[in-house]
This record gives sequence, structure tokens and C-alpha cells, in this order.
Amino acid sequence: MQEDKLHIENKSGVRYLKLSGLEPLIITPESNFINVGERTNVAGSRKFLRLIKDEKFDEALAIARHQVEGGAQIIDVNMDDGLIDGKEAMVQFLNLIASEPDISRVPVMIDSSKWEIIEAGLQVVQGKCVVNSISLKEGEATFIKQAKLIKRYGAAVIVMAFDEVGQADNFERRIEIAKRSYDILVNEVKFPSEDIIFDLNIFPVATGMDEHKRNALDFIEATRWVRENLPNVSISGGVSNVSFSFRGNDSVREAMHSVFLYHAIKAGMNMGIVNPTMLEVYDEIPKELLERVEDVILNRRDDATERLLTFAESVISSVKEHKVDLSWREKPLQERITHALVKGVDEFILEDVEEARKQATKPIEVIEQHLMTGMNVVGDLFGSGKMFLPQVVKSARVMKRAVAYLQPFIEAAKSPLTPKGGIKTTQHWETADPLNYRLLKEFALKMRNKPTDAERLLWNVLSGKKLDGHKIRRQHIIGNYIADFICLKSNLIIEIDGLIHQLPENKISDEERTQWLEKEGFRVIRFTNNEVLSNLDEVLDKIIKALAIPPLGVRGPGAGKILLATVKGDVHDIGKNIVGVVLNCNNYEIIDLGVMVSAEKIIETAKKENVDVIGLSGLITPSLDEMAYVAEEMERQNFKVPLLIGGATTSKAHTAVKIDTQYSNAVIYVNDASRAVTVVGNLINDNNTAVDYVKSIKDDYVIVREGFYNRSDRKEYLSLADARENKFKIDWNTANIAVPNFTGIKVIADLDLNKLVEYIDWGPFFRTWELHGKYPDILTDKVVGESATHLFQDAKKLLQKVLDEKLLTAKAVFGIFPANSVNEDDIEVYANESKTEIKAKFLTLRQQLKKKEGTPSMALADFIAPKETDKTDYMGAFCVSTGFGTAELAGEFEKDHDDYNSIMIKALADRLAEAFAEYLHKKVRTDYWGYVAAEILTNEELIKESYKGIRPAPGYPACPDHTEKLTIWELLKVKENIGVELTESLAMWPAASVSGYYFGNENAKYFGVGKITEEQVKDFALRKNMDFETAKKWLRPNLAD
Amino acid sequence: MYNIKEEMQKRILVLDGAMGTMIQQYRFSEEDYRGEQFKDFHVSVKGNNDMLSITQPQAIKEIHRKYLEAGADIIETNTFSSTTIAMADYEMENYVYDINYQSAKIAKEVANEFTAKNPNKPRFVAGSIGPTNKTASMSPKVNDPGFRAVTFNDLKLAYKQQTEALLDGGVDVLLVETVFDTLNAKAALFAIEEVKEERNIDVPIMLSGTITDASGRTLSGQTAEAFLISVSHIPLLSIGFNCALGANQLTPHLEVLARKSDLPVSAHPNAGLPNAFGEYDETPAQMADQIKTYLDKHLVRIIGGCCGTTPAHIKAIADLVSNYS
Repeated sequence: MQEDKLHIENKSGVRYLKLSGLEPLIITPESNFINVGERTNVAGSRKFLRLIKDEKFDEALAIARHQVEGGAQIIDVNMDDGLIDGKEAMVQFLNLIASEPDISRVPVMIDSSKWEIIEAGLQVVQGKCVVNSISLKEGEATFIKQAKLIKRYGAAVIVMAFDEVGQADNFERRIEIAKRSYDILVNEVKFPSEDIIFDLNIFPVATGMDEHKRNALDFIEATRWVRENLPNVSISGGVSNVSFSFRGNDSVREAMHSVFLYHAIKAGMNMGIVNPTMLEVYDEIPKELLERVEDVILNRRDDATERLLTFAESVISSVKEHKVDLSWREKPLQERITHALVKGVDEFILEDVEEARKQATKPIEVIEQHLMTGMNVVGDLFGSGKMFLPQVVKSARVMKRAVAYLQPFIEAAKSPLTPKGGIKTTQHWETADPLNYRLLKEFALKMRNKPTDAERLLWNVLSGKKLDGHKIRRQHIIGNYIADFICLKSNLIIEIDGLIHQLPENKISDEERTQWLEKEGFRVIRFTNNEVLSNLDEVLDKIIKALAIPPLGVRGPGAGKILLATVKGDVHDIGKNIVGVVLNCNNYEIIDLGVMVSAEKIIETAKKENVDVIGLSGLITPSLDEMAYVAEEMERQNFKVPLLIGGATTSKAHTAVKIDTQYSNAVIYVNDASRAVTVVGNLINDNNTAVDYVKSIKDDYVIVREGFYNRSDRKEYLSLADARENKFKIDWNTANIAVPNFTGIKVIADLDLNKLVEYIDWGPFFRTWELHGKYPDILTDKVVGESATHLFQDAKKLLQKVLDEKLLTAKAVFGIFPANSVNEDDIEVYANESKTEIKAKFLTLRQQLKKKEGTPSMALADFIAPKETDKTDYMGAFCVSTGFGTAELAGEFEKDHDDYNSIMIKALADRLAEAFAEYLHKKVRTDYWGYVAAEILTNEELIKESYKGIRPAPGYPACPDHTEKLTIWELLKVKENIGVELTESLAMWPAASVSGYYFGNENAKYFGVGKITEEQVKDFALRKNMDFETAKKWLRPNLAD
Repeated sequence: MYNIKEEMQKRILVLDGAMGTMIQQYRFSEEDYRGEQFKDFHVSVKGNNDMLSITQPQAIKEIHRKYLEAGADIIETNTFSSTTIAMADYEMENYVYDINYQSAKIAKEVANEFTAKNPNKPRFVAGSIGPTNKTASMSPKVNDPGFRAVTFNDLKLAYKQQTEALLDGGVDVLLVETVFDTLNAKAALFAIEEVKEERNIDVPIMLSGTITDASGRTLSGQTAEAFLISVSHIPLLSIGFNCALGANQLTPHLEVLARKSDLPVSAHPNAGLPNAFGEYDETPAQMADQIKTYLDKHLVRIIGGCCGTTPAHIKAIADLVSNYS
């Protein structure tokens, strides 16, 4: 065991009192006197009592804060007053202290004469606090019971020198009660002795009564005895009592406190309730006063009291204050605002904000500049661990006060004609330009009185909230325009038969008007008279849909609505709650959907509530996928609302790579709660800044993505030996090796092209023409649908011509052979089952990139049984072509300068070649090799490769080495059999050809070899009997940097 | 009966690794989570890992077995969220006793198998007591900092029920872990003390906090030392930290505990920090390498893994630990 560090503080049995708030407080002999703040005590401070009674908790907290700033190391909280509910007040105040890290960094002393208040207090304090106090006053049973509970709650305790008889008022009684209490606590309750603090009763001196003369001295003597005889305990007391008889003469009182403490501390008093502002420095007490005070405290003269009283009259009372450091108030405005935010001080924030507002051209600038500058500092400090969460929440509260103050100014500064979607006051119908209002109103009235038939019909169904409860107005004036119909809640304008009406003298272009309206946050949908009259249902349907879309996002600051949710499958919400809190502090309205929220619910609520921002949170790994899914759904449903991503497992890289790519609007990774304010502020404050901001984020994510994709330099590679060790393992003892129905080589000289049509995968065809989208959806795509459809029609026409006139010839050669893998990465192909003649040797390449444990390093050879298993396996190879005839046809088109059809025929031939490869593979699977007897797959499934076995092609990811084509050509005599040739760079000619291998094992799958090291290239060159430089040339794209 | 305290004198004990990471590999569907017993349950339960002790006990046992095979001396029950408070998310408050009891029972069965095989290396079961998803000393409402979403008494009652069920199921140790709010932990300790008193038993308690942010504090704002002081009133088998950070980042905080306390220190860090995709890709060898520092510095008596660790990690740690006494 770690003997060396055991009982470091315990060698002599000495243990120290250890307390904690957010930070530790350990009281050792070297500690200075522990100063307990006494001002948060309703019994001792009339001001505090009044504040608590009036529920002015802010000011009450300020008192606590001042004490801590003034040097209190523990704060005593007492709520014992007949007129307040002590228990409730105690809980409330301690809870409030807990959210003030400046205060709660120190331990609390829960002070009450009522046990129920003490217990309620113990239940809300996370640190180790002090109970003040218990005693033997009501007998041992109660004392023991309470002490046990205090121990179980984890607090230290002050024990009053008080028993069934009464309060100890002399030396003997003090030590008697202390000893008895100590023995019970330590021996019966097993209370840690270091957690016992005795309050040996400080009583007034100089009262004029003889029996009080020894009050201070007896306390000091008893203190000495207790410290010498009761190990590990502390001694505390309320110091101001001692000077009670000199109320009104602070100078004398301060001197008395200092003198009393000077001697009591020497005797062993190590903590006490002291008002630091009522304490003179011992060395600075005038000599004459000091002498007289010491006479009284130490009871050195019979006439000590009289002498001090006489002298006291000559002492001018001067008030001293331990000032809070306010030097920061001298600094420039921005520094003051930043200081207030960082320190969470809201005392001066309003005056500072007012000053900033007067300097600013627009009140909003105070938020955007002064306050945001401060909050960014908070965010940086938090991010670097120099601030912690409760402090950030406090900063946010100061921010909120400032924003609330600015709000009316911001409202007032707004132009009266702009509705600015976000702020829905009761006046949101007031959208008209006041100058033109009267004229417009007359015009609007006229229009209302003579509606067209279509307008009348529509108004019948829209009026009186008939349409799903939406309030629609007609002939409504907006700025200088009149809208036919408008829903002000959704800012949607519905126009019948074209134009938005306007006064003839104010006519401007449609475009300009629409721009203005959109800038103001309105959307416009139009219908013709005819549509309304003949197809009302469809029109209503469109209106309902349009109403459901959130209005265009022009938002006033401080009025945004933010939806927060922990995504489906995840229940972690603490971080999300914090973000909610911080944003809420900044006047954003939070709609928190809680945990395990489905994408559907998020989207539905976002629509219903017209939110400005959606924030997703999650902690567990699968949540990352769910977030990407939500983004995808938002994209699909044409959302424009920015999406924030946060939570412990999220990251900028993940957001950039996996989420940002799903959603064309803003996606922003928010790494901590304090950043959320800045981000949201940037997103929804001002339209132009928001656009720039989103663009800068999008650009940044592009860079992140590029960095992510290109980070091969940081990748680790396995040695070739390790990679081989980590090969894809198939249990060959149990593996099912299908014996082919046919082995050898077969040639198909001229296949009927009609058979291939159903195998055509049209997707790549459109990509050839740079039309992007999935077939067949691409034909109806909004953007490219029309061109795609035309193209498709032309292709079909040409295809039909090819089929009818047999313009192309489809040829194929393939072979299936006995085979075994040898030396891990190579495959020997044999002439027959005897395996005596090696017809060819295929060399495969192996993945070397270091991957997650348990992920194999694959090579195609892994799918073939190794020779040493003594099992005969099989593999195949093939080449198909539909290219014969292409060049001639293309040439003819080119002659007619018909480039379109020239490209078209090549593209078609390519598709047919791929279709042929697909067709032949199927034949091989179900017939020639026959490892799958019956296989019914749709073309879509074929494209998705949902069949067993693979047909990888040299030059493609699983076997990037093109030179293997030479082996195929040699093995199948491709050129001789069907006439397809290899060019110098090993491209096939005619181009519309496909060649490759067949692997039939059910575990065979496509993969990418990825980057390989020079080691493998060298090994490969050796195996291939090729010089290293040539091998390197061929494999360069795969060579790791 | 084997005594964990005695075993701890003899050797450094190895705690198991992540349960959630292992469960993820099974890719259980909603139906798998429901099993037979909850097939008609009225809310979605996918993700409620703790209920798998009832609906997929073989899988949970298999995971325990893998960790024991890897060399773990202590395995944790699958009960991290099995309190009425945390289960409220799944409306499964009424099944909390059963989940804890069954989780303890199956863990104990597997541990006993291994102890029987090798009595020189007795295996122990620690009842995992998580922090719940509510915090007792912070307000979720900004405008009402005095508000609390959960009270000490709520927590105490929930923890008491969990403790009783875990003990009934046969756990050897109670592990109050991933403490982000010390007040929650104090409620758990209070509840355990009540159970101990009522049943007149003693049960070893391991306590493990979590330090979540760069400031080196708990979520509720305490420093490592303040946290230590706040929970020192209850006799503990060990004190430590888990989760949140990887082994390296945890070192300074463990040093505080080792220096400031005479209790044995435990650690079960994550397999590093999650990468950009939320995966923990620190390999067993990398993690063991960092943990070697703990051992060389004599920082810990109990060592295991949290999020992202697998039997391979625990094996690497167990192999390493065998070189130390």
C-alpha cells in the first residue's frame, strides 16, 4: 500500500478542520484566524432582516458578496425571526448563494436555534458546511440525534457551552460542558473530533457589574484549557458581544475586539464571527486606549471599567470601512462593461450601458459591440478553463439586465413602418406608412367594397379565422402598398391575379416591391383569378402549406425564439439546459423539447412556433448520426432556420463533415454554452451580418472538411507483415465453397442487345452530362428535371435505333478456374482440378491504413482459400464490350457536326457495357458457376449490389493495380477471343468495355485498398518481377505520402 | 466470503470497462430492448440500457464475462441509470427495483463462476449508482436561480431504493460514480448510511466523481479538493474520478486526491477523449501506457475504464497491473 502517503496529517493524531464551498478551507495552526461573516444574519442585521422580509434577495445577496469580498472566509446565515418563515428563507437564500460562485466559493455556516431550519439548510448545500449550533440544552438524546444527522449530512458543528442547567458563564462550567459534549460526540456518535467547534460564550465586559468582570478572561482561559485537553477541536465565538456595553462608541469597540481577539487567539481561539469593518489593527490602537482596554479584557484592575469609560468619552468615534475594490470603475467604458460581465457584477451595469447608449448611434450597437465584446471575453475565459460554469451563468444574468434595459430604446428606435417579423406586439397590424396612410386607406376601402369574384370567393373561406384558425385580413396596407390578403402572424401575403395594388403615383417595379416586402419579412404567394375560381381546394392547400413555413427571418435582437432538443435515443440534457439558461438570460425565448426528441417533433414544433434557431444536443455517439438525420430532414423540408450543434461528443470536424453537408443553410457547432450567445446573436441580429456570418462559417467548414479528407499525412500504417496478420479471416473449415457447373473459358460472340436494356443503370448516364441527381427522381427535379427529361427522351430514341438497326455488337469472354491464394496476397489460377498447371497468378494489394481494432486489413486474396488448407477454391475473370461500332457511329455524327449524338452514343455504349457486365455476372452466379440457384433481384438491387459475390475491376479501389489487366488478357486470351485490346496505358479499346474478376465467396465484398506504403510497393514489384520504379509509377495514386 | 479490503491490500484491483460501448455493439433494436416482458410497453425504450439486464440478460452476462476474462477483479452492475429519477425518462420508475435486483443477480452469478474457477483471484460485483440526470445544487431556470428540479429528499429516496435492490441482488460493493454534483452524491451516501443502519450491515462504498471542464472543476463548480472534503464524512473504500477525460488529463486531479486523502484512490478514465465522431479511438496499448504513470506514481489502488473502453483495454490494464503490487 501507499504507506508513504498515508496519514500525512495524522502521524501525531492531529487532524485539521476541513470545510468546503466550491473551494476548500482547511484550518491548520498556521492558518490565520478564520473570519466568519455575520451580516447575513436577520438577528444581527436589521438591514438584512428588512431585505429578507421584503424578499429583496438581490440586495441580500449583495450583502453576502460584500462580506466575502471583504475577507469573510465563512458566511454565517441566520433566518431566525418571528415574522419570516425561517425554513423557507434559509433554503431560498442558500440556493441563491449556490448560484453565486463569488459567494459560494466559501463554506456556509447554517445558523439557527431551530433544528428544522438547520436540517433544511443541510439539504441544499453541496460543500461541507458548519452547523451553528447544537448543545446539551435539551438533553443528551436530542444532542446525539442531531449530531448523528449532521455527521451523515457531512457538516462540522458548533457546540454551544450550554446544558440542561443553563449557559456556561464561568471557567469551570465552560470546561465541564465542553468536556461532556466532546466525550459524547467522539465516543458515542463517533463524530470526527476535528469537526467539533466549541462556542464557549463570549459575554460583555465593562458592564459595571462585578460578576461580568471575568467574562472575557474566563473565555480566554477556557479556550486554552479546551485546546489543550480536547484534541483537534476548534474554538469560535461572537466577538462583538464582548464590547456590548460600548455601543455607540465604535472606536472603543473596535479596540476592544482587537484586544480580545489578540489574547483569545493566543489561547487557541481560531475562528469567530467578526465584522471586519469593526476591527482595529492591534498595533495601531493608541497606547493609552490599548492599556485601558487590556485592563478591562484581562481584568487587571478593579477600576478598569471606570477608567475605560472615562477615557472613552474623549475618544472620537471614527468609522472605518473596509472598502470593496472599486478601482475598475476608473477604467474606460468598454473595460468597465467587460469587467462587469466577467465578474458578474450588475451593480453598475445600467449606468455603464446608459453611457454606452448615449455614445452609440443606435441603441442596438450597445448589445452588438460593448456587451458582445464582454461576452466574448467570458467565452474565451470559459473555454480556457479560467472561468467555470456558474460564473458564466452569472455573466449571462448581467447581460440580461443590460439587454432588458436597452430593449425599450431599441423598440423606440425602430422605423414605424417596419413590421420586423420577430417582435409580435399587440400592434402588429400597424404596418402602414403613416405618411401615405390616409390616401392608402381610402384606396383600400374602395377595393374592399368592390372585390372581384375570385377575391369574394376566397374571402368567404379565409375570413373569420375559418382557415385552420389563421387570422387573415384583406386589403391591408403595408408601407406604401396594399395587399389583397395577409396573415400578419406568418407575414404571408396572398395576391389574386397578379399585382399588388398601390397608389398609381407610387408605382415601382414588381421586383423592387417584392424586395422591399421580403426585406420587411413578408412572403408573397400569387394565384390567378382562374385558379381561385376553378380550383379552390388546391389554392387553399397551397395557402395552408405556406402558412406553415416560418416567416422569413428578419428578427429584432433579444426577441428570437430558440428551439432546443436532445435528439432521439439520447437522454442527456444537462449541457442543453445550460445553453437554454444562458440564452434565456440574453432575452431569447427558449422552447425546450426535452430529451429523446424525434426529428419529426423537432421539425413540427419549429414550424408551429416559427423558431429562429434550432439547437440539437446529444452526448452518446449514436446521437451524432441522429443529428445528421435531423439536418437531412430539415433540408428535405426546405427549412431556412439555422441549426446549432452541441454536446459532449460533437465536434467541429464532425459538424463540418457529417452535418453541414446535409443542410444548405447555416449549421454551426457551438462548443460551449457561453459561445451560444455570440453565435445566436450573429445569426439573428441583422440580416446582412447574419448572411456574412453564415457564409464565413460555411467557408470555414469547407476548409475543415478539406483538412479532414486530406489528413493522410497524420495517418498511421501497419507494416505489411502486421497487415497480413490482420487479414480478413474466413473460416475455411466451415466455409461453403461452391463447385462451378462450368470451368474453363467461354466466349459470347454476339449477344442480343435487347437483353441488356433492363440492366442499364441510368444514374451515371446523367452524370456524364453533368446533371446531378438520382434516377428517376432527376427527371422531375426542380432545377435539372426538364433538361434531364429531354436528354432521356433523346437517349431512348437513339437506343431504340441502335437496337433496331443492331448498330453495336456485344461480345464477352469469361473464365472460371480452380484457384488458391498463396503467400497471403497472391492468387494462383490452375488449369484444372489437379492444380498441377498454374495458368496465371493474380497479385492483390492489401490495406495498410491503421484502423480501429477489430477491423481487418483486406486484400482480394483473402476471399480465396489458401493453398495450405488443401481445399480447392475457384475464381473467375471476364471482359465484356459493347463498344464495337461506337467509333463508327460517333464518327458519322461528328461528320454532321452533331456532337450531341456523338457523345450520346458513347455514353449509351458505356451504359450497355456496364449492363452487359451486370448481365453476365448474373449469368455466372446463377448458371455457369451457379453458386446461387435462384436469384430474383430488381435492377435497383443490382445497382446496389445486393447480391452475393463481387466482380472487382483492375484499376478500381479494391484492386487499383491496372497492370493486372495484362494477366487477365493473357489468361482469357481476350484480344484473340473478342478483339478488345489494351492501350499503352492499359485502357481498354473499344472504350465501352468492362473487365474484372469474379469472387464467389459469400463473404466477399467491395472495399478500397486506400493508401499503401513503399514497403508493399517493393514487395509487389518483387512478386511481379517488375522493377521498383515502374511499380511505383503504376501505384503512385495509392502511395502514402 | 472474500473481503475486498483484504484483496486491496494484496494487489491493485482492476475494475471493468464500459458497459454502454459494449452494448452498442449488439445493435439492439427497439424490439430487442423490449423483449418479451415489455413488448407492449407504452413508450419507446430503445437506449434504456439498464433494462437489458431483464430483457437481454445473456448479452449483459456475456459482457461481464468478457471483462472477467480480461482480468477485471470488480465488475459493475448494469444499473448506472436505475433510479426512479433517471428512469422517469422512460416512464419505467416502477421497474427500478427489478432492474437493480436482476442486474446485481446476474453480475454476481458470473463473478461467482470466475471466483470458483480461480479462488486465488476472487471477483467482486460493484453496484453502479449513477448521478441521475438532475442536479440538486443548480437551477435549470435562469430567471429563478433559487429553483431546484430535484430535492435532497427526492434523491435520497431514489438512491435508497436502488441501494436496497442492489444489496438484495448480492453486490459486494456500492459504487457511487460519475458524480457531477456533490449534493447528489451526498444524498446517495446519506441513503446508503440509512440502509446500513437499518439492516445493521457494513458495505464498502467506492465514490467516484467526474471533472468535466478545463477549469478542473466538477459541473457544480467544486475543485477536486473541495469535492474530496465534501464527501469525507462517510467511511469509503476508495475515492476517485471517472469518465469525462482520458487518463492523461485525469492525472493532476488524481494526484490531488492521493495527496490530500489517506483513502485508496480509484480511477476509471475514458479511452481518451472522443474523436470528432464521438468514437473513442485510444487503443488498449495507448491507454495502458498512460495508466502506467499512475502505477509508477503509486496513485491508484483500483483502476478500470469508462466510456469507450473494451475488454481489450481492461486486459491491457490487467496485464500491466500484474507487474505492480
